[in-house]
Amino acid sequence: MAFQSVPTRQPTRRTTELMLTIGAWLLGVMGTVQIGWATGVGMTTPMWVTVGIVGALAIAMHMVIRSRAQYADPILLPVATLLTILGLVMIYRIDVASAQRAERNSAPAPTPDVYAQLTWFAVAVVLFIATLILISDHRRLQRFTYTFGFLGLAGLILPLLPVVGSTINGATLWVHIFGLSFQPAEASKILLTIFFAGYLVVKRDSLALVRTKVFGVGFPRPKDVGPLLVAWIVSLGVLIFEHDLGTSLLFFGLFVLMLYIATQRRSWLILGAGLFVIGATIAYFAFGHVRVRVDIWWDPWGDANNTGYQLVQSLYGLASGGMFGSGLGQGYPEFVPFANTDFIVAAIGEELGLTGMCALLLLFAILVQRGLRTALAVRDSFGQLLAVGLSIVLALQVFVIIGGVTRLIPLTGLTTPFLSYGGSSLVANWVIIALLIRISDRARRPDVFVPSVDEALTQVVRRV
Amino acid sequence: MNRPIRRVGMVLAVLLLALIANVTVIQVFRASDYRERPGNQRQLLEQYDRERGPILVAADPAARSVDTGDTLRYQRVYSNGPLYAPITGFYSLVYGATGLERTENKILNGSSDLLFVDRTKQLFAGRQIQGGAVSTTIDPLAQAAAFTGLGSKTGSVVAIEPSTGRILASVQSPSFDPNLLSTHKPADIRTYYSKLTADPKKPLLNRPIVALNPPGSTFKLVVTAAALASGKFTADSLLPGPKTYQLPNSSKRINNWTHQACSSSGLITLRNALAISCNTAFAWLGNQLGADALREQAELMGFDTRFEIPLRAARSTFPADPDAPQTALSAIGQFDVRATALQMAMVGAAIGNKGVLMTPYMVQEIRGPDLSVLQTTTPMIFKQAMTAANAASETDMMVNVVKNGTGSNARISGVDVAGKTGTAQTGNARPSVAWFVAFAPAQNPKVAVAVSIEEAGTAEISGNGLAAPIARKVIEAVLRQS
Repeated sequence: MAFQSVPTRQPTRRTTELMLTIGAWLLGVMGTVQIGWATGVGMTTPMWVTVGIVGALAIAMHMVIRSRAQYADPILLPVATLLTILGLVMIYRIDVASAQRAERNSAPAPTPDVYAQLTWFAVAVVLFIATLILISDHRRLQRFTYTFGFLGLAGLILPLLPVVGSTINGATLWVHIFGLSFQPAEASKILLTIFFAGYLVVKRDSLALVRTKVFGVGFPRPKDVGPLLVAWIVSLGVLIFEHDLGTSLLFFGLFVLMLYIATQRRSWLILGAGLFVIGATIAYFAFGHVRVRVDIWWDPWGDANNTGYQLVQSLYGLASGGMFGSGLGQGYPEFVPFANTDFIVAAIGEELGLTGMCALLLLFAILVQRGLRTALAVRDSFGQLLAVGLSIVLALQVFVIIGGVTRLIPLTGLTTPFLSYGGSSLVANWVIIALLIRISDRARRPDVFVPSVDEALTQVVRRV
Repeated sequence: MNRPIRRVGMVLAVLLLALIANVTVIQVFRASDYRERPGNQRQLLEQYDRERGPILVAADPAARSVDTGDTLRYQRVYSNGPLYAPITGFYSLVYGATGLERTENKILNGSSDLLFVDRTKQLFAGRQIQGGAVSTTIDPLAQAAAFTGLGSKTGSVVAIEPSTGRILASVQSPSFDPNLLSTHKPADIRTYYSKLTADPKKPLLNRPIVALNPPGSTFKLVVTAAALASGKFTADSLLPGPKTYQLPNSSKRINNWTHQACSSSGLITLRNALAISCNTAFAWLGNQLGADALREQAELMGFDTRFEIPLRAARSTFPADPDAPQTALSAIGQFDVRATALQMAMVGAAIGNKGVLMTPYMVQEIRGPDLSVLQTTTPMIFKQAMTAANAASETDMMVNVVKNGTGSNARISGVDVAGKTGTAQTGNARPSVAWFVAFAPAQNPKVAVAVSIEEAGTAEISGNGLAAPIARKVIEAVLRQS
């Protein structure tokens, strides 16, 4: 009896993961070859090397998962790899377009960005592997809840400090140290998610307490509203002092949703929405940069050659792509300013069409769905909150930036996860994937049952 | 916590659907609106990014696309721009396209269904779509002969192969240089364009096919055909040819250009009336036949039809309801009779082709980017304009015009040339139009040609003096090759 009750070996699905990852890589190779063909630059040696390195990096991640998190969700790695590869392909595409334009105008050739992005991908892979190796159990993170909270806040404030902080394109997001520059907000979004999860696991019972009821909806005690107010003020602070609408929106939305999940109280959503409306109204009337964004959203053609230029060009690009796109290498992605960062989705929509856009959105949806599934499957509350928080970060960021670029909502500067050119974002998103993989490994791992002699005798029937 | 997680999952799914719906609206439903916004440079660049196919005259491109390596990648280049301008038209950033550039745009830019296979091949190869080529029916030697013949005179020449309707030459003067309208510098284009539009001689007008002028005495060819068709007259019928013809119910008179009677007896055969272009005889004949018979014959020869060759030609007209004096004037190609050079060449072609008028056309073949032939135009009969016997008889009379009559300048040794001169008044104090309509060799014509010179002198001989030599050069250019 005892032997029969031991669960059959849980399939690890690592081979599935490997096959899907190879598939993602092959798509990238085809995309690169297509660009070379369509633009007439051909397949250059550096691009073959790039393609090889990308493949090696993906396989390296797979090998680490195989040894360190063998029960992890097999979909996360291939989807994130495919998104990163799609980003590299588009960045390469835009490099080619910029170089050809410079050549036509006999301007000096611009530095290609694809190799820098490849380097950042390598860094991201190193951090991905480090995360998986250093954090063998996600629950250990809970011990450092307040440390992460402090570091997360510090990351938000860092760009405001003299000497290290700097302002680029109107937003104070950057930190320069030792000749390197990065956006600490990208790290903050992970650190603060860990902090929120750890904090809410501990405090959720008191936060769920109902004091007063208004229209049948129970509202929390005023003294418990404190943390929400702090999150609100910090978000407004980011907006006011760093002019970063997107990050501000992301943090506040994340905190409110996690609060709701931890407490199961809809009242937090109502309070959060109320504070959002107040904050948004203040921001609209008090800050010119917010007002400009909203006005552009309302009527991009009102100032099509100046403030509305980016958005209008983005819409033109998307429209010219139509259902099936112009084909890789055959559009004009370089017409949209910041084509390889904020507006990379416009370039994808132009060259890959609605078909490509839907595929892209579904890839993100799969990623978020796997994150939420992990949250449902993992048994500890901290893991649940962390997984759901990380999924929300991804989902909100995708919605805010793609919604902005496609004029669904006002445009706020955020990078598109995995796609946009920029190291901090890429590295941070891969760390998110590493954490989700770690949690999913825990969720899917069969209970390790090492029968001691005593247990083998006493515990005949195992809980399934 | 599973329930709120699921709920948040639902909310995120709604956000995703909102993104997809929004992108669908932009990329599908509003796409054409966005594409046509004036500030959208993509549409234009797409046109200019494709290698537009050439317009071929014989084997050589009269218009072709040259890679400039610029943002607007391909530029249209016209070899011999002014020579072929009435055929190619221009392809301009600012003013759109005209001529074959316009009518054959779908072939040239590669979007025609005929090029579906080529386009699919290019699509799968991931290449830029290349346009197809358009081969014209133009004979470069005839075109050049007409162009040099016209020189600085204002006018036009059209030559047709009578047996098929192929247009061998279509020339105008003054012409313009489509190269200057097809550069990629809008300011330069505008300057040149406004200069052209300000020119009173209207160089942008496609004269050979749209300039309507009274055909003058060349219309007597139509009247002669109508007379033969009536069965009441033959080449030898005697007509009254006095010094003046008193218009019925009017104080006005028609004079002969010689200001004398057409013969000492006062009677003249139809053959001789045509040979010396006797106005009084034809005015009388017009009224004998009646306006309806004249109109019917004119329509059989292409009047009152709008031809698309595929360039849209103007409709040549015979007046709708003329009274007797107006009919008499119409019979000598005055009053409200208006014809293009194309129309008068068709009159010549109909007579020369044993009475069968072929539909005129300018596009011989549509070719793929690799110049393989995708479509060939088959000649089509427009109408049986007259019986073969009457055509033979009128041909004979026209040969007589050149041999013994007013068309002496069209004579070519060893070749029977059939022709008819004409000089039309365009109004008081305005210079007249000199015409010459001819075809040769008379018995088996390879070419029918119409020359019209505006602002010519007033004498009947101007048709012979100015227009006939040009017609002869065009005929010689065509015959030299056969």
